[in-house]
Amino acid sequence: MSEKEHIITPEMFDHLVKLAALELDEEQAAYLRRELNLQLSAIRELAAIELDADIPAALHGVPYDAGSRPPLRQDAWQACEEAEAIMRQAPQFESGYLVVPDIPHITLE
Amino acid sequence: MSICDLSAIEIRKLLLRKELSAQEVLESCLERIQVVDGRPGALEPAAITPEDERCVHAFITLTTKMARAQAAAVDRKIASGEEPGLLAGIPFTVKDIFCVKDTPSTAASRILANFTAPYSATPVERMLAAGGLMLGKVNLDEFTYGSSSESSAFQPSPRNPWQTARVPGGSSGGSAASVAAGEACLSLGTDTAGSIRQPAAFCGVVGLKPTYGRVSRYGLIAFGSSLDCPGPLARSAADAALMLQAIAGADARDATAARREVPDYLAELEKNIRGKRIGLSPDYFQITYPQADTGEYQQQPLPQEMRAAVLHAAQVFRSLGAEIIEDVPMPNTRYGIPAYFVISRVEAASNLHRFDGVKYGYRTTQTVNELQQLYRKSRGEGFGVQPKLRILMGMYVSAAQYSEQYYRRALRVRTLIRRDFEAAFDPAGRYRLDALLTPTTPTTAFPIQDVYGDSVLMQYADQLTVPANHAGVPGISFPGGLDGEGLPIGLQLLAPDFCEATLLQLAHAFEQATIDEEWRQRKPQVLEGR
Repeated sequence: MSEKEHIITPEMFDHLVKLAALELDEEQAAYLRRELNLQLSAIRELAAIELDADIPAALHGVPYDAGSRPPLRQDAWQACEEAEAIMRQAPQFESGYLVVPDIPHITLE
Repeated sequence: MSICDLSAIEIRKLLLRKELSAQEVLESCLERIQVVDGRPGALEPAAITPEDERCVHAFITLTTKMARAQAAAVDRKIASGEEPGLLAGIPFTVKDIFCVKDTPSTAASRILANFTAPYSATPVERMLAAGGLMLGKVNLDEFTYGSSSESSAFQPSPRNPWQTARVPGGSSGGSAASVAAGEACLSLGTDTAGSIRQPAAFCGVVGLKPTYGRVSRYGLIAFGSSLDCPGPLARSAADAALMLQAIAGADARDATAARREVPDYLAELEKNIRGKRIGLSPDYFQITYPQADTGEYQQQPLPQEMRAAVLHAAQVFRSLGAEIIEDVPMPNTRYGIPAYFVISRVEAASNLHRFDGVKYGYRTTQTVNELQQLYRKSRGEGFGVQPKLRILMGMYVSAAQYSEQYYRRALRVRTLIRRDFEAAFDPAGRYRLDALLTPTTPTTAFPIQDVYGDSVLMQYADQLTVPANHAGVPGISFPGGLDGEGLPIGLQLLAPDFCEATLLQLAHAFEQATIDEEWRQRKPQVLEGR
């Protein structure tokens, strides 16, 4: 792995910011890019570990067996008692609808 | 000593004997809060005053009215001879990362500052059903992202009751500080990389990270969904056992909450520890630090005082009949933080996508013309730098072109970390440990603003606690002494899956055996003269 692959360039950073749906001022952007690159140098340590091909990925530490895992719920409709309280949390809410600004139409490539 | 300084176990006994009322207990805690806590954390910026510097600032929200109604109900039950519940009349605080119905549930973030939860998290619901008195919601690092509680959007952030110029640790800093200062007997925290154990160590209290799945995560505002564990902070192992008894167990609303029997933790507590096999690993006596000037990572020996405290505890356990097994290899400990930088960020980024200024929480007040702009401005203004850092890193390391090299590799390293524990605890293996004894943290509590801003150095504060989160195994931090500056040193015990009873039993045995040691007579700075 080359050194270059471990650096988040300003262009890559701007792309990430856009994907993350964030808006940053210059000072924040500079701080965040610097910290991301410092974190990447810590992560680099992982690349040096010898991993045998048979080592699986662990999505969680504790194994789940059938006895400890709760059964799946019935696929049945349940009333939500707090529906109104949940809707009241919306910043803008009208006649049962969440109100948002225009959603621009994008032509998919 | 005031009523609020009594243990939960003592309070329960006195209440059941009708020698004390729940309302008296509550008023004692409220008085303590009045004296030591100072102004609660708030979004509005205000200069830190000398008075602020002397206070604990554990709280964001006080729920006094609710607590008084709960206390009156407990007293009525006791008077009428009804069973009042396991936590009857015991005051507790809740890290403000849990939803509590009709209560502001902020995650210490501007983006949720106006959010009032429409339902309660399962562990909170269980504590209330058991008769506990909820005093309020306590401060933390924003969305739990930190190890000092300084990243909270609600300032002043919590301070360490032992020395208020020091951090209380984090992210459950408000929880640990509120318990250490006698504002509450118990607190409900969460631990994703050490966020219960590290602040417990810094504040001289007991903090238990249960096995992943032992306590339901329903109603917990998620950080790293495969790592997050709710658990107790308390002033003794017995109090932590009492609280765990109330909150542990299966929950139909959380598919990861294990359907395993919950033992009688209090009954287990008093068992003899003779014959228990307790391990020491050289890999927990080395710490890794990034060098500020070169950026290189170096391993250093653990500070002498921390090492001496661990060896003293080993000696105490040996004197109680436990067998100490030295040189247990845990070679992948040092990869805990690098793997965590990847796994936790991917999970955090995924969990934070829901905050968009549409469904709940903060929405920009600027005029916007289209939805994407609304998202960007609401998230840009609502999130602090720590959530933004996690979102960006999570997206980078899980991007299609980097996922194999970073995310998938980190998950495979996680397997290695888990295997270290499996080998150490294997009943048919070479070491056959009941528990591994380590320091909880590389240092004692550091000064406020000393580390904050250096996201790498801050993360390395969790290097001795995070392996247990990767592996899912339970861990407890308990006070093991004071350093030369009078700051608490935390000791950690780690055990096989679902062996919380062993951890509580060992910590309790250590407490009993060291009850007369000089350091146990010392009090936090904010309680001197009380």
